[in-house]
Amino acid sequence: MQFLKVTSPHTSKQGQAGNVMLSVIYATIPGIIALTYFFGVGVLINLILASLFGLGFEALILYMRQRDITFYLKDYSALVTAFLLGLALPAYTPWWLIAVGMFFSIVIAKQLYGGLGFNPFNPAMIGYVVLLISFPLEMSSWITPAPLNGGELPSLSAALGKVFLGHELIMEGALLDGYTSATPLELMRQNDGQLVNQLYSDNPLFSQALFAGVGWEWVNIAFLAGGIYLMYKRVFTWHAPISMLAALGILAAVFYDGGSSSSLGSPLFHWLTGATMFGAFFIITDPVSSAVSNRGRIVFGALIGVLIFVIRSFSNYPDGVAFAVLLLNFAAPFIDYYTKPRTYGHKSKSKSKG
Amino acid sequence: MRQIWETPGGIHPEQNKHQSTGEQIGTIAMPPEIILPMGQHIGAPATPIVEVGQTVLKGECVAKPEGFFSAAIHASTSGTISAIEERTITHPSGMRALCVIIKPDGKDTWAPLNPCDDYTQLSKDEILERIRNAGIVGMGGAGFPTAIKANPKSNRKITTLILNGTECEPYITADDMLMRERADEILLGAQLFCHLLTDVNEILIGIEDNKPEAIAAMQAAANALNDERIHVVSFPTKYPSGGEKQLIQILTGKEIPSGGLPAQLGIVVQNIGTAVACHRAIVHGEPLISRVTTVVGQTLEKQRNINVLMGTPIGFVLQEHGFVSDYKQRIIVGGPMMGFAADNQNVPIIKTTNCILAPSTKELPLPAPAQPCIRCGMCEQACPASLLPQQLYWFSRSEDVEKLEEHNLFDCIECGACSYVCPSNIPLVQYYRASKGTIKLQREEKAKSDHARLRFEQRQERIVKAEAEKEAKREARKQAALEAKKLMAEKAAQPANGETENTTNAVDKTASKVVDPVTQKAKLTRALTSAQSRLERANAQLQTNIDEDNGSRKDALQSKIKQAELKVNDAQNKLDAFNKEHDISSSEPGTPQAKNSSAPSNDKGKDATSPALKKMAMSDAEKQAAAVASIEKRLGVATQKYKEAQEANTPTADALKLGVEKLEQKLSDAKAVLAQQANDVSANTTQPVSKNEADAALGAIERAQAKAKAKAAMTDDEKKQDQIASLKKRIDKAKTRLNKAKDENDDNIAAFENAYNKLQDKLTQIS
Repeated sequence: MQFLKVTSPHTSKQGQAGNVMLSVIYATIPGIIALTYFFGVGVLINLILASLFGLGFEALILYMRQRDITFYLKDYSALVTAFLLGLALPAYTPWWLIAVGMFFSIVIAKQLYGGLGFNPFNPAMIGYVVLLISFPLEMSSWITPAPLNGGELPSLSAALGKVFLGHELIMEGALLDGYTSATPLELMRQNDGQLVNQLYSDNPLFSQALFAGVGWEWVNIAFLAGGIYLMYKRVFTWHAPISMLAALGILAAVFYDGGSSSSLGSPLFHWLTGATMFGAFFIITDPVSSAVSNRGRIVFGALIGVLIFVIRSFSNYPDGVAFAVLLLNFAAPFIDYYTKPRTYGHKSKSKSKG
Repeated sequence: MRQIWETPGGIHPEQNKHQSTGEQIGTIAMPPEIILPMGQHIGAPATPIVEVGQTVLKGECVAKPEGFFSAAIHASTSGTISAIEERTITHPSGMRALCVIIKPDGKDTWAPLNPCDDYTQLSKDEILERIRNAGIVGMGGAGFPTAIKANPKSNRKITTLILNGTECEPYITADDMLMRERADEILLGAQLFCHLLTDVNEILIGIEDNKPEAIAAMQAAANALNDERIHVVSFPTKYPSGGEKQLIQILTGKEIPSGGLPAQLGIVVQNIGTAVACHRAIVHGEPLISRVTTVVGQTLEKQRNINVLMGTPIGFVLQEHGFVSDYKQRIIVGGPMMGFAADNQNVPIIKTTNCILAPSTKELPLPAPAQPCIRCGMCEQACPASLLPQQLYWFSRSEDVEKLEEHNLFDCIECGACSYVCPSNIPLVQYYRASKGTIKLQREEKAKSDHARLRFEQRQERIVKAEAEKEAKREARKQAALEAKKLMAEKAAQPANGETENTTNAVDKTASKVVDPVTQKAKLTRALTSAQSRLERANAQLQTNIDEDNGSRKDALQSKIKQAELKVNDAQNKLDAFNKEHDISSSEPGTPQAKNSSAPSNDKGKDATSPALKKMAMSDAEKQAAAVASIEKRLGVATQKYKEAQEANTPTADALKLGVEKLEQKLSDAKAVLAQQANDVSANTTQPVSKNEADAALGAIERAQAKAKAKAAMTDDEKKQDQIASLKKRIDKAKTRLNKAKDENDDNIAAFENAYNKLQDKLTQIS
């Protein structure tokens, strides 16, 4: 009798690449809930539109590349990219903006490089940066978090009108002029002359918050929870996120300056504002475009932390996560080169040849 | 509790050990056929020493080890050798190789054994020889000949013996059951190893903590033996803790240097099954003819461990356990992590077969189609060697050999942990195996081409050197000729005797062999300095290697240094000898022959000088006599050889015959010269010497000249005659050859004819 001939190992852990991706999607749920609570249904519209465009573009390219569409769609990588971009965009973003973003994410940044696993840059961040540079106004229009708005959020019809028809968002009982307001990061950056304490007490965005800005602090805590879940599930190791947060915290502490008027904000402020936790646990942990070894990831994360602090504190962009991640994606092979782990039986790490 | 160390990486696959530990080690019926492959171990396959049709007894040697790195094979039951032929063997490649097939007679009669109650009475070499003759190899999987492992190089002091009872692969329980049932034999085997290794001060028995019964049994046996060196060490279950490197790291915290051996750390690791086999081989005299194998899998009715004869076909074992083939059936030899799929059911159980796994498709599903690598890094976390599997995967795909080696591909132990955890189901280990194969092939080819290039370069060098030497000789000969002329003139001015002619001849002869002593000395000095610099280089190399702690090369370098030292001494001696020689000869003025002759003899060292000097001191007549004697001797030998060749009818007979003829010719020549010389001498002595000195000198010159002329004329004639005679002979031979070729209608008729015609032409030319 002839038996089937396959090579070892003959057993493998049950699970597929798709499962890893699904875990990431599940882990965004707390963040989605927090965002929706503070910014309304627009967040969900973002996610749905991004997912539809993402899957659509992915399927189109797979068809053009003559690949098995369902097999590759089942790795859910396009869905993850869509979720990450959808969560990064301000709520109530026009539909065409999302379409452009997803086009750059899926088609340009991923499929044109060869598909999953071959992209040197984080696809979601490519999409985000393209939009941020091309459409700065739309990209910095965050609506005022609900608690500062009397708990009022745009209705579904108003939201759909804004997203698809470009209607102005009109909210009854809005306390602030217009529907958008500055984010905590912008307030901190634009602060001149006020002590941090004064700024916190003067501004309702801070005065009504527990740590670092109404809404934003809870969004960050929610993403932190999701991230801890992923670490527990061993989807990624602690190295990159923790070193990023540590580097960010250390720089913030150095430049806190005792809360003077030239202070750039406390470590807690930096940890719980903007896209910090989202970036730390969902963006820089993208395995494809990050450094490969544990030591490499520590360096990778720390440098991102430094860049985030520099960009968000000294530039005119709303936050620095996207730029920092892309710059370090560039540097990942370089980091890999110098952070090879010591192999068993070797005295020191093998010397690289030039 | 002994300290244990943590190893990086590792995985925790489903154990699946309970299925086969339910009952004691069993046995099965006698198979209808025993298939004994000649290669069941690492190293050269054994050579069969039996013939088809021969009857053998159980335990009788059927194949002897081929060289040092090999192992003997024994009949595992009594019966008849039914065939010695190529069969598919138990090997991942499914290749065919030579096997001895035995048809059992069913009696299972033992051959007489050679037991030994007290092995301490035997010499170590004797014990090692018995282990080797018992065909014992590492039974954990690799099949390394045990006699070699138990006898490490003398410069290595082995202080730690590790017995590997880890058995980290899922499903396999052969070692587990062996430890439960034969703990005492294992420990006795360990003590035997200690006896062989002399300096062992601790025996560590490493067992994973998922085998509590085995640990208890070993502990009890250790307590009973009351040997303080024995420590039973258990550690957390993790795959692949049972790898030799990993086990050493867990138990001692040390790492074997890359490419090195445990012996470098003073450690020897043996599988517990090997310990039992050695014990039985020495104390009971039993060769390795059976082993404990786990038979497990959901397609079997009965799952257990059996003590099975080597060479039992796997199909028979399965059949005895109620095997029902599943859809897409796989039969795995070894465990699910590192075992390989057998080609068919006719492959036999061999010395390294620790498990036969016949899983159902549900039990071990076939690998899912591979998805793209997402660089999740799970493989990196699982790798026990701290490699970067995903990087190796990318480099393997792009066949980037340089990068692969830079990322230490060859430190991969192919444990399969990376493939196991890969969420994209990429068969990573396959990629590494393929890349390793490619790189090995490339290295071999490179070594070959390097060798060829070296040979070419050396040949070129030799040609240039030979050319230069020839030139130097020519120059020297010219010089010597000039000197000789001068000498002759001087001698002519003095009263001389008739030997002048001969003396100048001798001068000419020696001068032709002479190399200028100055260049000779320079050559020797050069040899010395180059040997010294080689020594220095080797020392420096050793130093750097010590710095990098590259133990594996250290030994090689040390031996190199010793060699270099010897060479330096040698060169120094030669130079000294030369200097001495040179002084002696230059202290004897007026004997240029001696001076010159001492130089070439320096090449062969001082000893060679004295015969040369003796030769010089001999008179011409004596010399000639000696030459005749030596030619006679050579002729005797040549004739002898020719006769032998003729009897044996070897193709070289013709050539030998030619040699004999030539020697005969030479002998007659030499005899003629000798006779001539004898005449000369007598003529010289009869010459009156009472004339005045000037007359004598003139007369001598005249005589010498006349004689030289006569001699030249005579030898010319002689030579011509000789030539004609030999040509005639050759023509005869060529003719017979031509005729023969014509008879046999040879392809070379034209060539023979041509040769014949040429010879004819030559003859007419000369005569």
